[in-house]
Amino acid sequence: MENLEPLANEAKAAIAAAQDGATLEQLRVDYLGKKGQITALLKGLGKLSAEERPKAGALINVVKQELQDLIGERKNSLESAAVEAQLAAETIDVTLPGRGQSTGGIHPVTRTIERIEDFFSAIGFESVEGPEIEDDYHNFEALNIPAHHPARAMHDTFYIDETTVLRTHTSPVQVRVMENEKPPLRIICPGRVYRCDSDLTHTPMFHQVEGLLIDEHSSFADLKGVVEEFLRVFFERELQVRFRPSYFPFTEPSAEVDIQCVNCGGEGCRVCSQTGWLEVMGCGMVHPKVFEYSNIDTEKYSGFAFGMGVERLAMLRYGVNDLRLFFDNDLRFLEQF
Amino acid sequence: MNISEQWLREWVSPDINTEELAHQLTMAGLEVEATDPVAGSFSGVVVAEIVSAEPHPDADKLRVCQVNTGEEVVQIVCGAPNARAGLKAPLARVGAVLPGDFKIKKAKLRGVESQGMLCAEQELTLSDASDGLMELAADAPVGADLRDYLQLDDTVIEIGLTPNRADCLGVAGIAREVGLLNRLSVTPLSYDKVATTLNDSVAVSLETADRCPAYTGRVIKGVDVSKPTPLWMREKLRRSGVRSIDAVVDVTNYILLELGQPMHAYDLQKLSGDIVVRTSQAGESLELLDGQVFELTADTLLITDDSGPVGMAGIMGGQSTAVSDQTTDLFLEAAFFTPELLAGKARSYGLHTDASHRFERGVDFDLQVEAIERASQLLLDIVGGEAGPVTRHASEPDLPQRPDVSLRAARIEKMLGFDLEASEVERILGGLGLGVTATDVGCTCTVPSWRFDIAIEADLLEELARIYGYNRLPVTHIRADLVMPAKPETELSPRFLRRHLSARGYREAITYSFVEPKLQQVFDPELTPVALANPISADMAVMRTSLLPGLVSAVLRNTNRQQPRVRMFETGLRFVPTADGLKQVPTLALVATGQRFAESWAQASESADFFDLKGDLESILELTHRPEDFSFEAGERAALHPGQTGTVSQNGDNVGYIGALHPTVASDLGLNSALYVCEIDLEAVLEGGLPSFHELSKFPEVRRDLAVIVDKSVSSAEVLANVRTVAGAYLTDLRLFDVYEGKGIDPKRKSLALGLTFRDQSRTLSDSDVNESVDQVIDSLEKNYKAELRN
Repeated sequence: MENLEPLANEAKAAIAAAQDGATLEQLRVDYLGKKGQITALLKGLGKLSAEERPKAGALINVVKQELQDLIGERKNSLESAAVEAQLAAETIDVTLPGRGQSTGGIHPVTRTIERIEDFFSAIGFESVEGPEIEDDYHNFEALNIPAHHPARAMHDTFYIDETTVLRTHTSPVQVRVMENEKPPLRIICPGRVYRCDSDLTHTPMFHQVEGLLIDEHSSFADLKGVVEEFLRVFFERELQVRFRPSYFPFTEPSAEVDIQCVNCGGEGCRVCSQTGWLEVMGCGMVHPKVFEYSNIDTEKYSGFAFGMGVERLAMLRYGVNDLRLFFDNDLRFLEQF
Repeated sequence: MNISEQWLREWVSPDINTEELAHQLTMAGLEVEATDPVAGSFSGVVVAEIVSAEPHPDADKLRVCQVNTGEEVVQIVCGAPNARAGLKAPLARVGAVLPGDFKIKKAKLRGVESQGMLCAEQELTLSDASDGLMELAADAPVGADLRDYLQLDDTVIEIGLTPNRADCLGVAGIAREVGLLNRLSVTPLSYDKVATTLNDSVAVSLETADRCPAYTGRVIKGVDVSKPTPLWMREKLRRSGVRSIDAVVDVTNYILLELGQPMHAYDLQKLSGDIVVRTSQAGESLELLDGQVFELTADTLLITDDSGPVGMAGIMGGQSTAVSDQTTDLFLEAAFFTPELLAGKARSYGLHTDASHRFERGVDFDLQVEAIERASQLLLDIVGGEAGPVTRHASEPDLPQRPDVSLRAARIEKMLGFDLEASEVERILGGLGLGVTATDVGCTCTVPSWRFDIAIEADLLEELARIYGYNRLPVTHIRADLVMPAKPETELSPRFLRRHLSARGYREAITYSFVEPKLQQVFDPELTPVALANPISADMAVMRTSLLPGLVSAVLRNTNRQQPRVRMFETGLRFVPTADGLKQVPTLALVATGQRFAESWAQASESADFFDLKGDLESILELTHRPEDFSFEAGERAALHPGQTGTVSQNGDNVGYIGALHPTVASDLGLNSALYVCEIDLEAVLEGGLPSFHELSKFPEVRRDLAVIVDKSVSSAEVLANVRTVAGAYLTDLRLFDVYEGKGIDPKRKSLALGLTFRDQSRTLSDSDVNESVDQVIDSLEKNYKAELRN
């Protein structure tokens, strides 16, 4: 018994000095194992008197428990140090860019068309497409623009031959829908259109979205409501909208729609030519002649149509200052959308 | 149409400023495109008279003029060729400020003092004329301020008229609108008709009365064409953008601007015989006033006399009978030509005149006599002479018919969304010149001869809305039954496809649908593309039969701008001529060139190849849920690499192709690295399948790997298809995980490593089950492809 304390001290020092799990295990065996030194002391208790035995036993057990705890603690501490060392070794620069394919993007014209489609589909307008090489009948005649009508001069048409043109607007798609479907109708027609004109503010190809609603009770007031609401949600602001009488052979009454300049808020600037207003759409109540061409009862039904230039809206929305950029396909431009 | 505000205000002058007036016109549908002062801002410029003009002692081109300013005589050095004694011209005195804030000071020119500057029109921004001093009328009051004298505090209002509003192609028509908009009455034109003191007239016959239903004429004799056009008239013409020629022409132009009636004056002595209005005959030609000579096409409406054509009806008069400084006798013409029968004629000759512009849109067919009377009065006032009777020839049935138009009050409510009181309807329509008679349901209207755009009820509704004010009309939300639209789940949206490609690194491009014929030829040499009759330029002359010419050009544009890595796609129509006619085929095209990945620390820098693009294409096919419908085969195509081109089929139908651009084509185009391209019918990839559930097996799978050596000419697709056919029902997955050519293998052969996965729904497969399948596969490959197992 007299060597219990030195033995305990020796064991404690060895545990504290152990640098790995195997050493610790060996220490446990050496001291606490079946043939360990502390175990040996316990086994020697039998030699003591009955009075001494409990006291000595208690002392040895305290030391045994103490050593067990120390081994456990040392083991935990060695393990966590190992984990920490591993973690430290595995540390990376998380600010390095990630791996893989870079993301591409959608053309701003498509992006704009998709937004327009979303707004109108939410109020039940279906999006419809049609041919771009179009016959004279659908592009002009069925829209109340007979041959030699002065309005044809407004269109700068590309001709394939005398009766075939590149569509100058997406209205012929509306005609095709009216020919094949019965009212009520709510459609929009996005797509490419072509005009024989090319300068700073015109490209020979551009995009339009035209809309058509035919129902038993649709009025100019409804048209105003749809157009005003669309322009506000499109530009995401409360802007002034005004309707000016205009002329399109396929609508009567017809209107041009101006919005308060989105650049200057109506103060007058370069974008709005100092007028404070931007012309953004044409619209009107469908001309009865157009209904007659498509055999729609003009007494029962009325309807309205509207049309807008997509590039124009995209330019205003995103601040693009040169129309031609849309078709240059320069990645430095496309990457901005 | 350009109009002087002062001139308009002679007819009707509302108490509003220019800006308000312009706004009012715009909001009534007469869009004011610009308002410009008739002259720039200047001050200190007076009417002056050159007393003498002597050569400058030291400068050949300069003259030293003594100039009467009305207060004194000052010395001015002047370089204008027309500086001469007796000329009245504008003088900017010392202290004057000219447009551009140009201050006039005393100066010495080549040693001679000059106390101011004599001005050309350009220097006062009155016109572009800079070839000499502005010549003022002989009776111009010396000393008067030029601004007062010329009444320059005026604005030109530029109105962009829509084609339906021909009635506003004259001051009178615009005044009618302004009067109604401001509830003011318009001062009617007031003048004394000239006395008819001659009996002379020219006989007129209308051979084609459908085209020329009315022709009014008058002889005026003894005119003095040397008389100058009065300043007020010249200024009104100038402000409308019309150049002063001589008094006679000026008067006809004045009538055109004032009333909207185009007129023509012939030199009576140059006319021979009667006037006949007829269509052209074969071989006729005509020299017009502006000197252009035209071989006349058949069916051109002409004014002729015994000698032949003397004018292209409704477009321009002829040179042979034009008024000249020798002219003493005139024949005045004011006609009406049927718009729809005249339309397009001027254009067919490449002409567009003030007259054709008006006649094509519709001139008031009841205006001709009035126009002749008004012109006569002005002419006699200016150039003197005596007038014969006004003769009107007309074919009443051929004149435009103006059936009454009914308006139902209920229709106002239905179409415009609000009620308009009957009295207001009458005020508006009456103010526009319509005769309004009330009926049980609304009213009936007669339509005036100057309105060619009012024939149906909707036209009346527009007039009501227009004058009442579009912006005062109510605004409502549309109402409709809420019905869910059909939306087949198997139809993929192009939008989804675009997003998918975007996520795989592609940028959407939009290229022109018309392309350069030569480039088109490179990609589709066997097709004759649809050509435009009037292309905007030679490099946009034919409709694309492939999206590639445009996309490849877009790639080039970027690679030429230091963008070595390009991945783009486009969707759009191809225009393909076929035996069954033109097909407009919605198409998707992809192009990729440069590095596989954007430059990065994380990936080795490697060029993209065929299989990068193919992987992207296959990912699209996966979207359909039916990728097994598609198959690839080696193929050939113009402009593509013959060893790196594949065709894409969907259930046996060719729907597209993929390949590398032919190296020769690439280098001809100026591409420095390989370009991979692919084109596929959009419909093929937008039509998908419906997902259909298969029970999940509870039993484990067994995988076996095989490496087989086959001839290089055997395609991997053949081998895989064969394995699928013979491996039996337990095969659930088949992968090609390695392809090896080279060392250790016959140079004509290649090794394909196949991973076969087997599984059954109802039990765990035994080795013998799997071995049986694998043996079948090996046998079949040996038999069909002379395959050997690789060790």
